[in-house]
Amino acid sequence: MADDLLAIGDRVVADARPGERVEVYVVRSRDTNVRVYDGEVEQLASAQSQGVGIRVVREGRQGFAYAGSLDEDVVRETLAEARDNTAFGEPDADVGPADPDGVAPPELDLWSDDLAGTPTVDKIELARELERLAVAADPRVSTESSDYADTMVEGAVVTSTGIRIAGRESGCYLVVSTLASQGDETQTGFGFSVARRLADLDVAQAAADGAERATRLLGAMKPPTSRLTVVLDPWVTAQLLSVLSATMTGEAVLKGRSLFAGREGEAVAAELVTLIDDPTNPLAFTATAFDGEGLATRRNVLIRDGVLQGFVHDSWSGRRSGTGSTGSAVRAGFKSTPTSGCMALSLQPGTATQAELLAKVGDGVLVQGVSGLHSGVNPVSGDFSTGAEGLRIRGGELGEPLREFTIGSTLQRILHDVVAVGGDVQWLPMDAAGVSLVVADVTISGI
Amino acid sequence: MIEESVLQRVLGAALRTGGDFAEVYVEDRRSSSGRLDDRRVEELTSGRDRGAGIRVVDGETTGYAHTADLSEAGLRAAAEAAAAAARHGTSRVNVVDLDRRATRRPNDVATLPETVAKATKVELLKRADDAARSAGKAVVQVSAGYGDSRRRILVANSEGLLAEDDQVKTNFRINVVASGDTGMQTGYESIGHTIGFELFDRYDVEELARRAAQRALTKLQARPAPSGTMPVVIKSGGGGVLFHEACGHGLEADLVAKSASVFKGRTGELVASPLVTLVDDGTMAEEWGAIGIDDEGHPSQRNVLIQDGVLTDYMWDWLRARKEGRRPSGNGRRQSYHHLPMVRMTNTFVLNGTEDPEEIIRQTERGVYVAQLGGGQVNTATGDFVFGMTEAYLIEHGELTDPLREGNLIGNGPEVLRNIDALGNDFAMGSPGTCGKDGQGVPVGDGQPTLRVSALTIGGTAA
Repeated sequence: MADDLLAIGDRVVADARPGERVEVYVVRSRDTNVRVYDGEVEQLASAQSQGVGIRVVREGRQGFAYAGSLDEDVVRETLAEARDNTAFGEPDADVGPADPDGVAPPELDLWSDDLAGTPTVDKIELARELERLAVAADPRVSTESSDYADTMVEGAVVTSTGIRIAGRESGCYLVVSTLASQGDETQTGFGFSVARRLADLDVAQAAADGAERATRLLGAMKPPTSRLTVVLDPWVTAQLLSVLSATMTGEAVLKGRSLFAGREGEAVAAELVTLIDDPTNPLAFTATAFDGEGLATRRNVLIRDGVLQGFVHDSWSGRRSGTGSTGSAVRAGFKSTPTSGCMALSLQPGTATQAELLAKVGDGVLVQGVSGLHSGVNPVSGDFSTGAEGLRIRGGELGEPLREFTIGSTLQRILHDVVAVGGDVQWLPMDAAGVSLVVADVTISGI
Repeated sequence: MIEESVLQRVLGAALRTGGDFAEVYVEDRRSSSGRLDDRRVEELTSGRDRGAGIRVVDGETTGYAHTADLSEAGLRAAAEAAAAAARHGTSRVNVVDLDRRATRRPNDVATLPETVAKATKVELLKRADDAARSAGKAVVQVSAGYGDSRRRILVANSEGLLAEDDQVKTNFRINVVASGDTGMQTGYESIGHTIGFELFDRYDVEELARRAAQRALTKLQARPAPSGTMPVVIKSGGGGVLFHEACGHGLEADLVAKSASVFKGRTGELVASPLVTLVDDGTMAEEWGAIGIDDEGHPSQRNVLIQDGVLTDYMWDWLRARKEGRRPSGNGRRQSYHHLPMVRMTNTFVLNGTEDPEEIIRQTERGVYVAQLGGGQVNTATGDFVFGMTEAYLIEHGELTDPLREGNLIGNGPEVLRNIDALGNDFAMGSPGTCGKDGQGVPVGDGQPTLRVSALTIGGTAA
């Protein structure tokens, strides 16, 4: 398994000079993307990609280089560039590859042979069926696109400090972008299904979600400005957690960019909030047995019963803070150095269904979608403001649709204002899981 | 980059089993970047990415495959993979002999960044760090980044087009954290142009650092932004992203064709205030979104999208233009050889108006003045869009008063365009941007004079 990737790593590490610490990250992936529109294949893309990222540290100075090729001469050049770059990094005793910490990587089965073995025509048929079902669900529904995609990734980390590990993961998903039209009005929705093996994709559910999300917004109006309780759809909660994760990293804390720095042991959230980062859970789409520096991943509890427990660390922040790495080095591909980050966040779920939560809330707003999280949420200050669409909750049931409003608060307040967590956990194609979440005292800005 | 005879044979291989159009896109990208954080130059990074993407179009169906192997065998293998999407049969077209087109680049590059010593690049980071930290005691953290890239591309297609471009970009950015009684605030500034290292002859990174620091310091005094709908004045050069989101994306022909744009079928109609003339211009020398050719080999051009409020045209890539029997507008772009091209903006801006910008503020009784916008997002089918404000002030009785904390603004594109009721005479281009669409990011520029929207919804928490 990925033996040739390990061999590339071995060759580079063997070239390390005395006094150098070297880390090689090698990755290769195979992707298929199918887009169907109006019953026809609009796009069919198949790709093999590979790359290498090499870190060299000498006297505490770090240099990095990458290349989108695994050819021997390119890899050799990349090592030379990384080595040359060390002259310009300023010394820091804590930088460098991870040191083995004796933690055994979890046994995870994240690979499915059926993705490579299934003929492309069958994958195309899945995307066709998704479009067909979504359109058939309601006469007002059409699609903008219906996609099938799969990815098979093999990766390896080899270091001169004694780390040598390889693994592989695969996954596939279906996603439909829907349009619902009535008169001059158009609303949009989406539905998707994510799985590790083809057979586990739920085409019918994805189609039904896509049709419902778009149609139920038809006739949406802008609400008046007010302060009320919101129920966040699982998809929205996952995005909130993803934004929150930026405040939970060792790097943000040590560099003075986290609003939670120095607050371990304090109540930072309502008591029913327990936040866990657990890439060892095979249900998580982002599950992985080892992190971006080759250390075993582990289950890290960040907030327990509302009390801040700690942060996620890579080897740099683990050394600097004295806590050691939590196996939480993340990489944005092979083109950058690893940094501390959350990999698979989730809230400990409650037991209520979304319908039960709506009944409990009585009056408020169900937030179905948010936009502009990257522009309206500042994880340093905590200011939180995002565009939203959804439905009014009246008498415990869903009422009229709403659009073109914002929800505003701060990250700090939102955590304290959580009044219920649903039991409807959804694993999504991202670094966080969704669950229905009830948050009180949020500002809705509209008319 | 690759011999013409090889390209010709690969195009032939791509069409062997069917299809009516084939294209080879070759890209060789080298980049270098440096990052300073927490008072220390953390590392210098060098990058190399080179490969080719091959596209085969058969009617409405596009097949695509890419490879990092630029040998003839590697290219042929990718061509066969791309051809798999085509209906099997015999192609109706023959590959036309390649005709090399001259590329008119928007500007020359004076100093290729690859010729500049790494130590010189690192020095910029330290100067910016020192300047930001000297701006005030409340500055507690600074990060700065330098980046340059040289992207050489070649496009050859079965219609005989052969064109090349050499795109050099250089940028610098700085992020400052200030801390006070009200918690922490951030300030951000960036510069970027389609030029070489001469960027730093024109801009002073220390001045940039002081501006970023001042922005963070000012916000320590900020109060929560208001909630509700009110007039919004946007400073020149600070808010081009408004048009990018309010109508730019909605004027991309691929979205229009799928009825996913509120601007579908509205050419010739008044869609904006008559004050507004909106242009997308890939030829705009030195700007962040400037290109010699687009990523389908067509020369960049200046396209007027809205003239005096009337929608004149959409933006086009090759595929959509072919369907409509017209010429592409130089807007077919892609992030890299890993990606299919699609309709993208280049430099999108609103032409100058006539009013005195200070007078626009004076004539606003109560509202919000946005000096710097962050990113944004739009739903082109409904027209609803948001954009962030990273520096803003309250306007009371025609004067700027308290600074405001960050937040999003939300509006509907067609409504906001109609509600532009004042346009200044102080046009400026804004900061470099990266526009995301369908998972691909490309560099874009934007600009506008000071302007007022009579009603926009501010997503704050205050009354």
